[in-house]
Amino acid sequence: MKPRQRRLVNRLMSALSAVAAVATILPLLLIFGFLLYQGASAVNVEFFTQLPKPVGEVGGGMGNAIVGSLILVGMAAVLGVPLGVLTGVYLAQSRDTRLPWITRFLADVLNGVPSIVIGLFAYALLVLPMRRFSAVAGAAALAIIMLPIVARTSEEMVRLVPASLHEAALALGLPEWKVILRVVLPTARPGIITGVMVALARVAGETAPLLFTAFGNRFWHHGVDQPIAALPLQIFAYAIAPYDDWHRQAWAGALVLIVLVFVVSLTARLATGRRAGAMR
Amino acid sequence: MADGILVKELRAWFGHTQVLRGIDVTMAPREVTAIIGPSGCGKSTFVRCINRMHEVVPGAGVEGCILVEGHDVYGEHVDPVQVRRRIGMVFQRPNPFPTMTIFDNVAAGLRLAGVRDRARLSEAVERALEQAALFDEVKDFLDRPGSGLSGGQQQRLCIARALAVQPEVLLMDEPCSALDPIATARIEELILELKRDLTVVIVTHNMQQAARVSESTGFFLLGELVEFGQTKTVFTNPRDKRTEDYITGRFG
Repeated sequence: MKPRQRRLVNRLMSALSAVAAVATILPLLLIFGFLLYQGASAVNVEFFTQLPKPVGEVGGGMGNAIVGSLILVGMAAVLGVPLGVLTGVYLAQSRDTRLPWITRFLADVLNGVPSIVIGLFAYALLVLPMRRFSAVAGAAALAIIMLPIVARTSEEMVRLVPASLHEAALALGLPEWKVILRVVLPTARPGIITGVMVALARVAGETAPLLFTAFGNRFWHHGVDQPIAALPLQIFAYAIAPYDDWHRQAWAGALVLIVLVFVVSLTARLATGRRAGAMR
Repeated sequence: MADGILVKELRAWFGHTQVLRGIDVTMAPREVTAIIGPSGCGKSTFVRCINRMHEVVPGAGVEGCILVEGHDVYGEHVDPVQVRRRIGMVFQRPNPFPTMTIFDNVAAGLRLAGVRDRARLSEAVERALEQAALFDEVKDFLDRPGSGLSGGQQQRLCIARALAVQPEVLLMDEPCSALDPIATARIEELILELKRDLTVVIVTHNMQQAARVSESTGFFLLGELVEFGQTKTVFTNPRDKRTEDYITGRFG
């Protein structure tokens, strides 16, 4: 290949990969722009602080749904994160070969289970015995969805911790559990936090598993054993309703949801990015 | 007889591969013993058996007897964690804990073993850094991350970390192979200082280094200790033909 020809091909391929990169982020930009266009007008203080108004009355907000989503995702994190991180540590550190292999395989299967099926599971496990829809059931469903994501990313991050650090700590005369708790996990922490944030962002937008667990609620929540509102549910309910005002609020809800997820991801990235260089 | 390191009939495996084929040797206390030999001859495995780090690798096996300062390392009720507390180790590549400051790196062994007393920790950290000839260079920024130091400083930091728990023996597995000649020279000076207080075993590929720092030298080949004796004798008048071939560069 002649130099001129090579330069031409180089320029062509560079341009192609730039186009591909733009095409990848374009949907996100379009979604965000469209949400801003449709929903920004309905986002105001009321939207964050007020309950939904009855049909026919204009105004009101989704304050209860925003709080409800935060509670649901928070509870799901409390349930799912410790279990997921510990599973990840086990998968990465166990010397056994069979059980980790099975666990890993099943975690991947669980990751692929449709979220509505997980909702059904939480319904059968919690809603039926308790005889009512509840925040606990919704959070349990979300936690189950989080589990495989957190476990698998934690495993990968723990694996990335150089074996030499593990050995250095062992050679200092530390028992294995202290080595993992005080040396391995802190070193893997930035990556684990990123994984947790990805999982949180994912479940924050889940609607299907909440339909028959958290159920939704048009009022402020009355305890975790009661039905609770959630943004995705409220968006769904408003989007299929025949009122223009509700449609606007649904758009605003979607905008708030995506901004929440964006802020959480960004905070995680900034909080952990600073120390990520220390990994190597 | 009770002092130093006494090794009897030491055999070690990785899975079905035998890497040490019956090692018998006595290493004198408060002296430096160098272990030389070609790659894969079992040098590293040998020192890792002394502080029971060999068994950390999945599938690794060990047999035989090692007495360190009179204590049986492989005794029936001996906890490997306790063994490692008395026998420090420095690795080939500097491996300071990346999430910890310089101070915390050196304090790690004591702190994670439950020492909380701040004054005692500072004292131990200072002493260890002095011993590792690093104190003057880092005393003004002990709260900076250890990973920000140069390679040679990082290795001395790792030596300080090992010394902070006051071991009786220091095992060094090719401690200078990732360092430049100046940093290497500093570590060698340091080794000569250290042997006043503890027994040092150093694995090295660098025969000049073995000659410079050690009193005794052992030559390993294919999992056997071919020759062991005064460093001077081993290098100038080896008994075994294979030792002579190796140190004159005819193979390995």
